[in-house]
Amino acid sequence: MDIKNLANTLHPLERKVIVVLDKFNSFDDILEETKLKDIEVMRALQWLANKELVKIDEEVKERVSLDKNGKFYVKEGGLPEKRFLKIINEKEKIKLSEVKFATLDKNEKNACLGILKKKAAISILKGGELSITAHGKRMLDKESPEEQFLKGDFPVEVGSLKDLDKLAYDNLKKRKSILKTEIVKLRTVTLTSLGRDLLKDLGDAGDVIDVLTPKMIKDGSWKKKQFRGYDIKINVPSVFGGKRHFVNQSIDYIKRIWLDLGFKEMEGNMVQSSFWDLDSLFVPQDHPAREMQDTFYLKNPKQGKLPSFFKKIKDVHENGGDTGSKGWQSVWSEERAKELLLRTHTTVLSAQTINKLKKEDLPAKFFSVGKVFRNETLDWKHLFEFYQVEGIVVDPDANLKNLKGYLREFFGKMGYPDVRMRPAHFPYTEPSVEVDVYHPVKKEWVEFGGAGIFRPEVTKPLIGVETPVLAWGLGMPRIISGYFKITDIRDLYKNDLKQMREMKAWIK
Amino acid sequence: MPTITLNKNVFEKLVGKKLPLNKLRDRISYLGTDLESIEGNNITVEIFPNRPDFLSEQGFARAFSSFIGIKTGLKEYKVDKSGEKVVIDKSVAKVRPFTACAIVKGLKFDDEKIKEIIQIQEKLHITYGRNRKKVAIGVYPFEKIKPPIKYMAKKPNEIKFRPLEFPKEITGQQILSQHPAGREYGSLLEGKEKFPVFIDDNDQILSMPPIINSHEVGKIMQGTKDVFIECSGFDFNVLSKCLNIIVCALSDMGGKVYSMNLEYPDGKYTTPDLKPEEMKVDLEYVNKILGLELEEPSLKRCLEKMGYGYKNKKVLVPAYRVDILHQIDLVEDIAIAYGYENFKEEIPHVATVGEESALGKFVNKISDILVGLELLETNTYHLMGREELNDKMCIDWSPIKLENAPVDYNCLRNWMIPSLMKVLEENRHHDYPQKIFEIGTVFKKDIKEETNVKEFERLAVLSSHSKVNYTEVKQILDYLMKGLDLDYEIDETEHDSFIPGRVGRVSVNGVEVAYMGEIHPKVLEKWGLDMPVSGFELNISELFRILNKK
Repeated sequence: MDIKNLANTLHPLERKVIVVLDKFNSFDDILEETKLKDIEVMRALQWLANKELVKIDEEVKERVSLDKNGKFYVKEGGLPEKRFLKIINEKEKIKLSEVKFATLDKNEKNACLGILKKKAAISILKGGELSITAHGKRMLDKESPEEQFLKGDFPVEVGSLKDLDKLAYDNLKKRKSILKTEIVKLRTVTLTSLGRDLLKDLGDAGDVIDVLTPKMIKDGSWKKKQFRGYDIKINVPSVFGGKRHFVNQSIDYIKRIWLDLGFKEMEGNMVQSSFWDLDSLFVPQDHPAREMQDTFYLKNPKQGKLPSFFKKIKDVHENGGDTGSKGWQSVWSEERAKELLLRTHTTVLSAQTINKLKKEDLPAKFFSVGKVFRNETLDWKHLFEFYQVEGIVVDPDANLKNLKGYLREFFGKMGYPDVRMRPAHFPYTEPSVEVDVYHPVKKEWVEFGGAGIFRPEVTKPLIGVETPVLAWGLGMPRIISGYFKITDIRDLYKNDLKQMREMKAWIK
Repeated sequence: MPTITLNKNVFEKLVGKKLPLNKLRDRISYLGTDLESIEGNNITVEIFPNRPDFLSEQGFARAFSSFIGIKTGLKEYKVDKSGEKVVIDKSVAKVRPFTACAIVKGLKFDDEKIKEIIQIQEKLHITYGRNRKKVAIGVYPFEKIKPPIKYMAKKPNEIKFRPLEFPKEITGQQILSQHPAGREYGSLLEGKEKFPVFIDDNDQILSMPPIINSHEVGKIMQGTKDVFIECSGFDFNVLSKCLNIIVCALSDMGGKVYSMNLEYPDGKYTTPDLKPEEMKVDLEYVNKILGLELEEPSLKRCLEKMGYGYKNKKVLVPAYRVDILHQIDLVEDIAIAYGYENFKEEIPHVATVGEESALGKFVNKISDILVGLELLETNTYHLMGREELNDKMCIDWSPIKLENAPVDYNCLRNWMIPSLMKVLEENRHHDYPQKIFEIGTVFKKDIKEETNVKEFERLAVLSSHSKVNYTEVKQILDYLMKGLDLDYEIDETEHDSFIPGRVGRVSVNGVEVAYMGEIHPKVLEKWGLDMPVSGFELNISELFRILNKK
């Protein structure tokens, strides 16, 4: 950048500072001269240094100034021992208790006494009275090095003190609150040669526009001037707008995929009876998934009501009903079916949805993205509530190849183009499928959920006709945590405002 | 899910072929099991609950060998008559009514075989046997038993024998409190007047199912050749199947299977019955479900790969299979034999119309409006502690409680503001202002519902910073309502979570839909917040209903 342009980018603060630099070099002087605030000068100097217009040298120094008592003695006209001596000098002899003046307290009195005795300025008579010595009288006539030192200019650098001043400093330092020394950083600012050149050519600040005001636009005064150029690479403070929770952003996208594929959204309750969540899906009543360590049951209310067609489900469990199945061949309990729980999977919504279908509604496709609940202890890979992506295709012509087709389409849009199926087992699907996707970051196959075709024992009693229903239930945390670079899935729902404010948006 | 550990050498011998590791890995997972690990000589496989017949080394190797094409087709098991009987007394009817029994001879137990039979027994107990409740299995050295055997129930104090690995004889009652197995499974006999026992003709007690065998006559040792096996429980069919699984595995181990006559009070039965069951298979149905065009020979080949026989369009289902309830179960096995990896993906050209939930769309609209006001959306749990819902809000409304959740999340939230207060509590160290919102589900008892619980969508908005006040949140509500084209009214009200005189009840068309105000400092104190908070909670389900009526 040439000097002209460089001059043009100067911020008003930089301008105010740089013009005094040919005469003043210390920070304090610059402060004084420019009448700017401490922080403004600091910032301006830093910017100038970044542009290599100035060089800032820092030196650490010990600086001494008057403390509380020191200031007071200067104001009162001298050190207390001098006044003490004057009082003694006025009488031939005097008792210690008679020596008094304002602000001379007991400690100070003793200190003065000590100093004067040491310098042989007074003598103590037999009766305890004090009287001045000849030496003392001479002392009254001339100033001590300490007094001279105190009359000097403050603050002053300790390093610059010489001879008597140094001696006086050392003595006074030992006394209470007369002097204070502090460590200071002294900044010396010098113009670089670039800086000196720039200063030569620096025009009048009045010719440069810093802030474009409505007035300038109206009166056209900007036309005769130049705009100050900014340091456009400057770091600016962060702003955080409002936004959707990042998990919800991804849910929205997932919903859109299914909508685009012609699926209708399913809705339903989180509190469900065992009947809908398990029995209607042909999960036997003694299945381990029903146990307390896996499923959250409600305490009060404890039970719900059964729908009027419950007998069909009972028959299917006990003897297969009219499905051609043997059923589980054990007694089915209504009471167990009435127990309320928090849905363990959104497949319960699929069961309720197909139950409402009529033959003429087919083919039909449905999806949902909803919370499910598992009795898990929270840790980095387990949550007690999380989202599940559910889908069903109710189509008399659907088959296992289609199941793979729909899943591949979905995962492809989620960023996982490779999908494979492996055999699995779920009580309500046959064939049952474990869905693996190839994870492009982990470079391995990862289980992303279960799928299959609903068993006739599920579809016949719920729909009334036997028709293939392709179904899947995919755990959402695994699908989305890679995108957000989350490894501890608790972080999906920790609602940390900093994390949420800074989290990248779902861009797909 | 249960796992079994296979001895690689034994397994390979049973299978009849050695496979390279990666092939082994691949084939195990495509058979319908999950390979956990291969470490040294141990192969650990996870078995799905529909295949208890895989829970023995023999059973799994049998299926695997067939699946990879070594020994395919139905394996026939011969059963000879032992002529021995088990007499079932009517006294067991009330406690553990059924048993199915068999004798297997010529096994010559060594350490490896003892380990195997213990594994079969244990794994079946845990899974198919539902921790011995549904099925308890006993295996005894037949040489030490004098038939006929009686299965009967006796008073606990009249039962006296030395239980397995116990120093002395104790009574049935003492077993429940003193023996480790008694303590673990005692609940299965709790409150029963009589406990079941197997007794031989010398009046020796063989065991007290489902708890423990006798140490003297119920322990398999090195050198034991012949064994008596019984399964006891509540469903004769289930017990017979379980017995079949065990005797088929023992037969594969080299034993000869003998049947026993069971004399029940109401009739006589013979177990085990290892004749395969016939089931019809409809080729067209198979092809339709799988989207394949198999012909009969390939159907036959597929079925044989899975251990079935196929004759005259009928499938012969092995006696150890417990999971074949319907023709669809055969379809899955055919798919496994065909290879899940060989199915090509296909999306059919079927026109259906996509449709988003109307309430979901409404929720999204509201969220978009609020985001425009620079509010940040949170996503919190539905489960909370009673302390957070009530005590920390200075109110006392009873939320719905869960039976079995830890105390800090054993309630279903009945309003949204506590969820957001919790967010503020956890973010005290972050920059202010903090303006947050969430639309979430809340739960209330309602006997009109099928579940006796009604679920609502509610919106909570909270703003927290040093200058927040009622005006700010009212501006938010104003802006939102304007966006929804709804007029609302505010009435003075009281609510213990809010500052008196600074809380309003909001209604639309005369229906109360929201509370709005400044949160009371006594509430802030309980949450440990030293920044003021204002906000409102709005019933979105109700608003949605009102809008749809308009």
